[in-house]
Amino acid sequence: MDSNSQIEMNENSCKVPDFTLNTSSGRSISSFQSKTSGGHSIKEVGFTELGSKPVRHGSTGADSEVFSSSYREINEDDARLVYVNDPEKTNEKFEIAGNSIRTGKYSILTFLPRNLFEQFHRLAYIYFLVIAILNQLPQLAVFGRGASLLPLSFVLVVTAIKDAYEDYRRHRSDKIENNRSAWVLVNQQFQQKKWKDISVGEIVKVSGNESLPCDMVLLSTSETTGVAYIQTTNLDGESNLKTRYAKQETQMRNLEDEEKISWLIKCEKPNRNIYGFQANINIDGKQISLGPSNIILRGCELKNTDWALGVAVYAGRETKAMLNNSGAPSKRSRLETRMNREIFFLSIFLVTLCAVVSFCHGVWLRKHEDELDMMQFYRRKDYSEGEVENYEYYGWGMEILFVFLMSIIVFQIMIPISLYISMELVRVGQAYFMIRDNQMFDESSNSRFQCRSLNINEDLGQIKYVFSDKTGTLTENKMEFQCASIGGLDYSNGKAITDNEQAEYSVQAKEMVLRPKMKVKVDQELLTLSKSKNSDKGRQVHDFFVALAACNTIVPLTVETSDPAIKLIEYQGESPDEQALVYAAAAYGFMLIERTSGHIVVEIQGERQRFNVLGLHEFDSDRKRMSVILGCPDKTVKVFVKGADTSMLSVINKSLNLNMVKSTEAHLHSYSSKGLRTLLIGNRELNTSEFGQWQSSYELASTALMGRVALLRKVANNIEKNINLLGASGIEDKLQQGVPEAIFSLRTAGIKVWILTGDKQETAISIGYSSKLLTNTMSQIVINNNSKDSCRKSLEDALVLCKKLSTDSDGEASQLALIIDGASLVYILDTELEEQLFVLSSKCSVVLCCRVAPLQKAGIVALIKNRTDDMTLAIGDGANDVSMIQRADVGIGISGQEGRQAVMASDFAMGQFRFLVPLLFVHGHWNYQRMSYMILYNFYRNAVFVLILFWYVLFTSFTLTTAITDWSSVLYSVIYTAIPTVIVGVLDKDLSRTTLLKYPQLYGAGQRQESYNGKLFCVTIMDTLWQSIAAFTVPLLAYWGSNVDTSSLGDLWTLAVVIMVNIHLAMDVTRWYWITHAAIWGSTIATFLCVMVIDTLPTLPGHWAFFHIASTKLFWVCLLGITVGALVPRFVVKCFVQYYRPNDIQVAREAEKFGNLRDSQDEPQGMNPIFYPPRR
Amino acid sequence: MNSNTPSSSAGGPGSADATAPRRNSKRPKYSRFTQQELPACKPILTPKWVISTFLLVSFIFIPIGIVSLFASRDVVEIVHGYETECIPSGSRNDKVGFIQSDQDKTCIRTLTVPKDMSQPIYVYYQLDNFYQNHRRYVRSRSDQQLRSPENARETGSCSPEDTVGDTAIVPCGLIAWSLFNDTYHFTSNNGGQIPINKRGISWQSDRERKFGRNVYPSNFQNGTLIGGARLNESIPLSEQEDLIVWMRTAALPTFRKLYGKIEVNLRQGDVINVTLQNNYNTYSFNGRKKLVLSTTSWLGGKNDFVGIAYLTVGGLCFFLAIVFVLIYLIKPRQLGDPSYLSWNRNPGGH
Repeated sequence: MDSNSQIEMNENSCKVPDFTLNTSSGRSISSFQSKTSGGHSIKEVGFTELGSKPVRHGSTGADSEVFSSSYREINEDDARLVYVNDPEKTNEKFEIAGNSIRTGKYSILTFLPRNLFEQFHRLAYIYFLVIAILNQLPQLAVFGRGASLLPLSFVLVVTAIKDAYEDYRRHRSDKIENNRSAWVLVNQQFQQKKWKDISVGEIVKVSGNESLPCDMVLLSTSETTGVAYIQTTNLDGESNLKTRYAKQETQMRNLEDEEKISWLIKCEKPNRNIYGFQANINIDGKQISLGPSNIILRGCELKNTDWALGVAVYAGRETKAMLNNSGAPSKRSRLETRMNREIFFLSIFLVTLCAVVSFCHGVWLRKHEDELDMMQFYRRKDYSEGEVENYEYYGWGMEILFVFLMSIIVFQIMIPISLYISMELVRVGQAYFMIRDNQMFDESSNSRFQCRSLNINEDLGQIKYVFSDKTGTLTENKMEFQCASIGGLDYSNGKAITDNEQAEYSVQAKEMVLRPKMKVKVDQELLTLSKSKNSDKGRQVHDFFVALAACNTIVPLTVETSDPAIKLIEYQGESPDEQALVYAAAAYGFMLIERTSGHIVVEIQGERQRFNVLGLHEFDSDRKRMSVILGCPDKTVKVFVKGADTSMLSVINKSLNLNMVKSTEAHLHSYSSKGLRTLLIGNRELNTSEFGQWQSSYELASTALMGRVALLRKVANNIEKNINLLGASGIEDKLQQGVPEAIFSLRTAGIKVWILTGDKQETAISIGYSSKLLTNTMSQIVINNNSKDSCRKSLEDALVLCKKLSTDSDGEASQLALIIDGASLVYILDTELEEQLFVLSSKCSVVLCCRVAPLQKAGIVALIKNRTDDMTLAIGDGANDVSMIQRADVGIGISGQEGRQAVMASDFAMGQFRFLVPLLFVHGHWNYQRMSYMILYNFYRNAVFVLILFWYVLFTSFTLTTAITDWSSVLYSVIYTAIPTVIVGVLDKDLSRTTLLKYPQLYGAGQRQESYNGKLFCVTIMDTLWQSIAAFTVPLLAYWGSNVDTSSLGDLWTLAVVIMVNIHLAMDVTRWYWITHAAIWGSTIATFLCVMVIDTLPTLPGHWAFFHIASTKLFWVCLLGITVGALVPRFVVKCFVQYYRPNDIQVAREAEKFGNLRDSQDEPQGMNPIFYPPRR
Repeated sequence: MNSNTPSSSAGGPGSADATAPRRNSKRPKYSRFTQQELPACKPILTPKWVISTFLLVSFIFIPIGIVSLFASRDVVEIVHGYETECIPSGSRNDKVGFIQSDQDKTCIRTLTVPKDMSQPIYVYYQLDNFYQNHRRYVRSRSDQQLRSPENARETGSCSPEDTVGDTAIVPCGLIAWSLFNDTYHFTSNNGGQIPINKRGISWQSDRERKFGRNVYPSNFQNGTLIGGARLNESIPLSEQEDLIVWMRTAALPTFRKLYGKIEVNLRQGDVINVTLQNNYNTYSFNGRKKLVLSTTSWLGGKNDFVGIAYLTVGGLCFFLAIVFVLIYLIKPRQLGDPSYLSWNRNPGGH
């Protein structure tokens, strides 16, 4: 499970051709879902017990054929024709990209226009620009030209420099990439060519450990069987080797000798499905089909193969690797959404201010209508020319309009544009700290925390729901064979084997000892049995282990050790379950030694035996089983099948041994309730006619050009029947370190944890217990139904039960756990029952969904997301979690065993589930607190400045004169006050990490939106009003009727507001680092310096004003008075609230400082007794 | 919680990888900065701090308030409005007509000194309702032109008083054009002149750097409409101190401008006769004109506001200090007491 990279659709899905789920097709998922959601489009419910990821290899691609090509065979229009070794001909008709890649966005020429275009996509910049343009109109010129353009150009230049640098780095890596060299067949010999010069149709030779320059169809390899091993780490992050095959027809030919190769490959147009490929090759008139196992992709590395020859089919930006190269998803944080609402209020406020000013101006003009012509300071008429004309007067209405527009220009920073820039800087800083956090570094995968999306850092502090995948997320996805049931007998007393005993299952080969790399617990009884071949039991055991060793797609590799005489055998495969099974088989003496496409060699109890692989029906999520047809050494032909219990039980011939089937089923049940992953294994001997029939249809199907997959599936279904049950295996998927503790903390913090898994109900429940999600005190509600009506009934019953429980037990309501399976969800999601499910689930403290398909996972997330305001977080590691990760407010990818698809779709990626705890409780909390404070502070900071301008305007007959110089108004949000907010936004910590981790409940502050809400916004605005009035009126009244000039008073106001704003910030800083000191006091000093510099310019009217006014004592008295007078109310309220209504954070902070918590409260950690009744 | 334990690869299958030499661990380098563990000061508003802050503020503010109030009270100020009185009673119905006419506008007023005034006594004229900060007005000047004769033609911002015909007005613009032109002469009751020193009434920085030593007025007040005073064209702008003072535009619609200084002491009860020329037209917009004689203190002119404000804030803070002392005594709360944590509080009694 958790592995299928493909989302299965039913027939109607073929309407959407080429639909594949991969890293960047998130959009299509949702759109797709809505399209097909009406019916039961999700055919695939329980995702395979097989646990194998076979979907990853051939069959996946094949699956995609179902709806990409099988119904729509490659026709001339949709196909790309590649003439092998004839690039000219190949390229002549089609527009085929060369192999040079360009990830850089700009060239030197296009940089300016394109970059500007991209920057102006943001609304904020447009606002800036419009204001600047308005200001350029002569009637409206409020600021000097330079001053008005400065902020915009500053921001544009900074962003452009950042973009240019990033682009330069991309160009540089492109150049390195493009100039790597490869061997290309030219005129019958291989020549070195640069990667960028390779074109489609050319034959390229790649040596071992080299990376592939483009997507190529494999023609031949150094192995006679035509096999090549590739590593796809760069493509999907999977480090195990995958096998690719050259077709025998091409493998045989020596291309260097052939004069003229007239082969033609007809393949799909470039697409981004890395697991699918559909083509055929015409060799000398013979059609041979090609599939995903015949293509090797750019970005992969050739391993364990000396060389490989391939013909380039997709190059450059058309390679699947490049097509999959998509950026991080863009989401907008909750806080930012809220902030935009507040910004809307601020805009209304701004418009109100402007309206007031223009209205008053209109009244003033009316009142003084008769006096305007002569009034010394108005002089409507221009008498200097012969004719007396109006001078800059356009009529009453126009004047009002102009004043309105001018006031918008003057009060523009009421909308805190700089806030967007500050927020981005702060997020970068926060991301820096998250990435660098040692406690979120995963040693085992050597991976740091990754911030892929920079926009939603603060959402991490408000999570209410966590949706978690199970396999690979809660568990390690490292499978361990635990027990087996063979022939109806349970062998589950395995114990670890010491090194001495290990020798028993090592294998002597050419004076060398081969030994499996991994140790497996061995059941002694079974071990003895496996050696006795003759008993009835022994034969069954033998067959069972042969099936384990053979029925898979594992490739054995030998690895050198320090001891030259001992070699380790390592099983490389795509499914950890299969690996575990093969290691288990090896431990019992059935060691897989060699695998080619034609045969396998298994060392059975020291005896090397060769099995011919006559056919392999790979795993697909429809059948949920795989089978292999082996020609055994004893000349019999047998089909071995392994698969999920549900799918296997339907094909087992129960009549043979009903008791055994029954007892096996009982074992299966007990295994899965222990949390083990179970598989059933069976075989059947084929008689000659059966085999012949199968062989002919198999060959027909596998070379079919149309509907190959469907045909193969049909063939498989025909052969996989009347299977003789051999036994069952139980594989343990260990819980990751720290998972129970992490879940416990999350739940203590009031976060609802939901587990969505493809596993069976029993497995899911047992994992629920072992991860402490479920406890014995909970009442479980289980819903697994197969029809809509029964679903409705169960839901209603459950709701009644809920009500009863909540009314029955007073006080300590017993907790409810809801367990629901995918089959029921099919009938519930997207129907009217959804509402009931929501009501029910919101009453339950734990929800476990088992056997859910990827799209259902997204549907469950949507169920909560659409109905509540609560923040959702989805965490998963596999491709099947992608849709859920993209749907949730915050998506987290675990960079684990299962490739990188989840990571690519996620907003954040990390190595272990337990990192969720520091991520949410520490970083999320900090991010949220910091960002909320910064937003409120920025609102205040800009509004207080605007209001001071506004009050002054009331004393200038409403004509928008500013006492504060243009330059100071512009520099105010750029230099005077910008740095401290960013520094505080990045560094301030309300509580230490230790406290936050110790008391998960502190996380509730973010969930309850305590640091940013409408109330706080209003309080802030009231405070702003008071502070602006204080800062304005103190100088106004102190200087009323004196001979003070505009510039001096303006300087006083500038300095007063900057000092006030900085001390306001200083009052709220909880942790003073030297950086904070430097930023706050430094910027205050910088303001003084700037004001001085501005006042030394003799061309400005305010020349020397600062020095004059600063030499009077009244100036300093005013400054002190303003600062104290403005901040006293805030200080009083703050003291009062902190003392009388302390919130949790405040109490914890005091405790942190005075150390009471540690001493007095070491007993059960102050845990919530409601959530965790004592279990003893 | 668990996060303090170093992450390690779990045992069992796969641990074999861990033994492989780790080529380049990406483990972030430890530093106190990146782990956000820099040493920091964590101030908390304890009762002690809060009360001392309030007390400190009140101990600073109350003395300053008292001193300011005394300083303001010490200032002796004579304010005399004359805009109506100086219009002959016959013309009071048409003040604008009178002021625009060529009649003699000499007007004699008498002032009585209420208290001893020690020199220097500043002579101001005060205008009310005159918006020297009006946007049209403040922009109508050319600072370039004032500084150097080469820039005489830089009159772009000066309209409607930029040029007469084709020649530039120096100094151009509405501000200069509307230069205040009432004049005052003081004689004491016994007939002796009280000299007014009009030197050094403007800012030194303005004289030295803003108004050119070699820029002479030209074309000034040659238009159809005379706004105010004329300038002596033989005196450079840097010495036209009335102009310099006038061109430092006032911040507020009620303002004073320095006219000169009286450098003799005046005794209480002295009667001063003021001979003034009531030339300036404030009648067209109902502006008022006042003559002000004032001494100064360390805080400037007569203004009780600062003193009162400081006393208020200081008193309030003292009061708040007492309130907080009472609060802490009556309803003490142990800081950091975990029973105040929301999840420890009784769910019922919030």
